[in-house]
Amino acid sequence: MAKLSIEDLKKIKESVQASVTLREGGSRAKVNIHMGTCGIASGARGIMTAVMDEIEKGDIKDVILTTSGCAGLCSREPMITVELLGSAPVKYIDLTPDKMREIFSEHVLGGKILEKYALSVGSETTF
Amino acid sequence: MQDLSLHILDIVENSLAAGAKRVEIRLEEDLQEDRMTIEIVDNGCGMDEEMIQRALDPFFTTKTVRRVGLGLPLLSEACRISNGELCLQSSPGQGTKVRATFQLSHIDRQPLGNMGDTLITLIVGHPEVDLFYEHRKDGASFSLDTREIKGALGDVPLNEPQVVSALRRHILAGLEELAA
Repeated sequence: MAKLSIEDLKKIKESVQASVTLREGGSRAKVNIHMGTCGIASGARGIMTAVMDEIEKGDIKDVILTTSGCAGLCSREPMITVELLGSAPVKYIDLTPDKMREIFSEHVLGGKILEKYALSVGSETTF
Repeated sequence: MQDLSLHILDIVENSLAAGAKRVEIRLEEDLQEDRMTIEIVDNGCGMDEEMIQRALDPFFTTKTVRRVGLGLPLLSEACRISNGELCLQSSPGQGTKVRATFQLSHIDRQPLGNMGDTLITLIVGHPEVDLFYEHRKDGASFSLDTREIKGALGDVPLNEPQVVSALRRHILAGLEELAA
């Protein structure tokens, strides 16, 4: 695709507005990628890219992707927090893009917590 | 950090943690002068003189969850080993300007890395912030201003998946053209 023009953006706007009206509710999940210095140095940006690839590949429209700072557990980065609608947040640690894809498929889309990569279930504080 | 695009991501995350609503990143590769310059200017809360003096100390941080602050010291070291330097300009309430220079051809200069992934990570993670990026190289340039994009999108957020996909392709195409 060539560079974006104002016309392209307007078409995207119309297309998004049309699809939003067809959606029943809000988002089903939120994926928060910890993007402190420690996270970035250990590969958090690659984790973000892996999630964006999955969202694009599956044409997923109801997953929120966001970032936060260091949570204080630098040695276990890259780290993410997955929060499904109505469920407690789950922190995953020591991630790689492959593990992230697995978590995306099993937990974010499938609703099943992947305990083998999880650190904890419960509320979190980010700084 | 493996490359300069990761340093840039980290420094801009600092700007955003300091409450910046607009961040401008300017990158210039000057082949004639054999110099690379990265400038990051934000309108965050800024730093006083004492904090500026301590910002390059790896054992100084404003965070409470850990006792080290490595972002700026790592970038400063990356500059130093490639015949460059890091300059900080800031004052409380006036934002901060980080200027990092490198000898472009220096064997120890870190590669730029994937600026496209850094930009899209910042846009997706902080869609509410205005981000300006300009990359100049040998007379050519690529620039992006999310304020203009937001203006065209109206109430559609920047982190809407369709918008993200289009922006990723746009940034990739622009940076590839610049590199060619």
